[in-house]
Amino acid sequence: MATTQTKSVARLMMTPSVIVLFIWMIVPLFLTLYFSTLRYGFYNPETPFVGFENYTYFLTDPRFLSAFQNTLLLVFGVLCITIIGGILIALLLDQEVFGQTIVRLLVIAPFFVMPTVAALVWKNMMMNPVYGVIGQMLNAVGIGSVDWLTNLPLTSIIIIVAWQWLPFSVLILLTALQSLSQDQKEAAEMDGAGALSIFFYITLPHMKRAITVVILIQTIFLLSVYAEIAVTTGGGEASSNLPFLIASIISLEGDVGTASAGGIVAVIVANIVAFLLIRVVGKNLEG
Amino acid sequence: MKTLGCAASLLAFAAVAQAETTLTIGTVNNSDMIRMQGLTDAFTAAHPDIKLNWVTLEENILRQRVTTDIATKGGQFDVMTIGTYEVPIWSKQQWLAPLDKLGADYDADDLIPAIRNALSTDGTLYAAPFYAESTLTLYRKDLLEAAGLTMPEKPTWDFIAEAAEKMTNKETGVYGICLRGKPGWGENMAFLGNMARSFGANYFDADWKPQFESEGWKKAVTLYVDLLTKYGPPGAAANGFNENLSLFGQGKCGMWMDASVAASFVTDPKQSQVPDKVGFAPGPCGIENCPNEGANWLWAWSLAVPASSGKQEAAQTFISWATSKAYLELVASKEGWANVPPGTRTSLYENPEYVKAAPFAEATLAAINKADPSIGEGKPYVGLQFAAVPEFQGLGTAVGQQMAAALSGSTTVEAALAAAQAQAVREMTRGGYIK
Repeated sequence: MATTQTKSVARLMMTPSVIVLFIWMIVPLFLTLYFSTLRYGFYNPETPFVGFENYTYFLTDPRFLSAFQNTLLLVFGVLCITIIGGILIALLLDQEVFGQTIVRLLVIAPFFVMPTVAALVWKNMMMNPVYGVIGQMLNAVGIGSVDWLTNLPLTSIIIIVAWQWLPFSVLILLTALQSLSQDQKEAAEMDGAGALSIFFYITLPHMKRAITVVILIQTIFLLSVYAEIAVTTGGGEASSNLPFLIASIISLEGDVGTASAGGIVAVIVANIVAFLLIRVVGKNLEG
Repeated sequence: MKTLGCAASLLAFAAVAQAETTLTIGTVNNSDMIRMQGLTDAFTAAHPDIKLNWVTLEENILRQRVTTDIATKGGQFDVMTIGTYEVPIWSKQQWLAPLDKLGADYDADDLIPAIRNALSTDGTLYAAPFYAESTLTLYRKDLLEAAGLTMPEKPTWDFIAEAAEKMTNKETGVYGICLRGKPGWGENMAFLGNMARSFGANYFDADWKPQFESEGWKKAVTLYVDLLTKYGPPGAAANGFNENLSLFGQGKCGMWMDASVAASFVTDPKQSQVPDKVGFAPGPCGIENCPNEGANWLWAWSLAVPASSGKQEAAQTFISWATSKAYLELVASKEGWANVPPGTRTSLYENPEYVKAAPFAEATLAAINKADPSIGEGKPYVGLQFAAVPEFQGLGTAVGQQMAAALSGSTTVEAALAAAQAQAVREMTRGGYIK
């Protein structure tokens, strides 16, 4: 039971960190807003004020629409794989099996691999059309190899990113599963419920909160995937997302103004996505 | 007593530290530069007061780092490795220091004129060439003979297409032709810009209007996609210079048109399985009297000093050492003449030892001498396989991605060129080139 006094002391103690965090966020945001209204490039020494010109230039870029689409597809694709796959793997790991600890460790391992390294391994060892593992396997069964990164660039990147995020989702969902009381399940079994009914009416509702947490946290990170794209396809219309497009505008074109405008657009897009997600799935967090 | 010893050594250390200059050198992870890094001790033995701190990165990453650094006056680097694309642009921005302290024995007049001009602005040298290249057709003599053909002195694209068809044997894993497909202005566009010129097309016409929908570009890209699809290795759209180098070295390519610097690697028994089977010819032509007789490529990796560096003198001392005649001799004594950085000095090509050790020397020099990147009639920019304007990096890369999409079959050649044209017109209009 917090008294008014302890509450005000707590507020006082939190103030410095809140102020620092606020400055930490507001200064870059303000500067980005300011730069986005200037004609500011590496190669022109003058930086005249141009109002919204950078925004219109960025939004009318033929690469913008595809990047916007790719951003959403990437988030959605990875979420689908990690949630569905995560639930299935968590159910498996929840069983009593021999060597349980080892199996769990192996499943979680990809989470500790750096994104760049993971992407390189997938690119060269797994997806290479000539000597990649997947290609060799498909050749062995007579389907013929696929040049993954050339012909299915976004799909390949979704697979790579999903592989990295699957352990995170499994961890959270497994924790939720383990807190499910056995009594409920037993009672349902006594009443003659089958395995599927138990899953859909007891297990899944119990995991709802955990699933929500996984979706929210992953979305934040998935909106800003960069390394996997840079290492595998190096961009292009078929696989650039917004962060990658903005970074290439800076690094290749040296156009700080347009890139800043793009950054603001990306912030707005991220906020809309987060807002929608919280409206749709965030309800589960209440009550 | 101990304290005294400590104090003395501290003092000594301080004195040394004061006298020492540390140069930070940004360079590319190509084998010639890595060799230079390995010879650091030879430099510091001659210049004990200068320490070298190397930052060696992959080409694209290095470009981004040095461009950002020099544009924002970050001052991270004292010596930068840049190419013939950057020099004209950066010297105009006054980002580079003129190289006027290279020493009396540097002999700038010995630099090959085409290269020296490409690295000079208004007659002043702004970067010193470390190695230089034009384009060559590398081909397998044994496979061509087996196909019953002989390489003409001036090959045409028609001949190359015929040869590619006859040399291809997918059963034994030999592909008639290997070309760059990896998107990037310095990767597939370097090759395609060169190929389009051999069909008489440039990036921009005299009014800066992009030319991607011209006859020359259409012919070049159509043939390029056709050849690689039928006679190229699988996954060609992901192959850059290095990937093709290893394919050719493994004996998987019949022909390969690329930078002349590749010649020393594919003839080196340590790096190639077909060192004695390689022939050299000029770059192919697509039309009668094609520009520069097919040598539409000129590039020199060069060393330059940012104007903002506070260590100008030490930096020029290093550059003078790394691009001197003595450096070529040093590499020759350690690695053999065939492995010295090519293409920069006339004296190297007059050296009988080099000409004997490097079967590609004559072809390389001829190609470099033919390549003329200067502004000409109907070509308002400096450059052959690139256009030396700041917009070209972003534009070239975007166009390169369209070309890679056409090569992988996810779009047609016409659609890719139309998209490239639209993107180019948009960029050049914003840049103020097109009124």
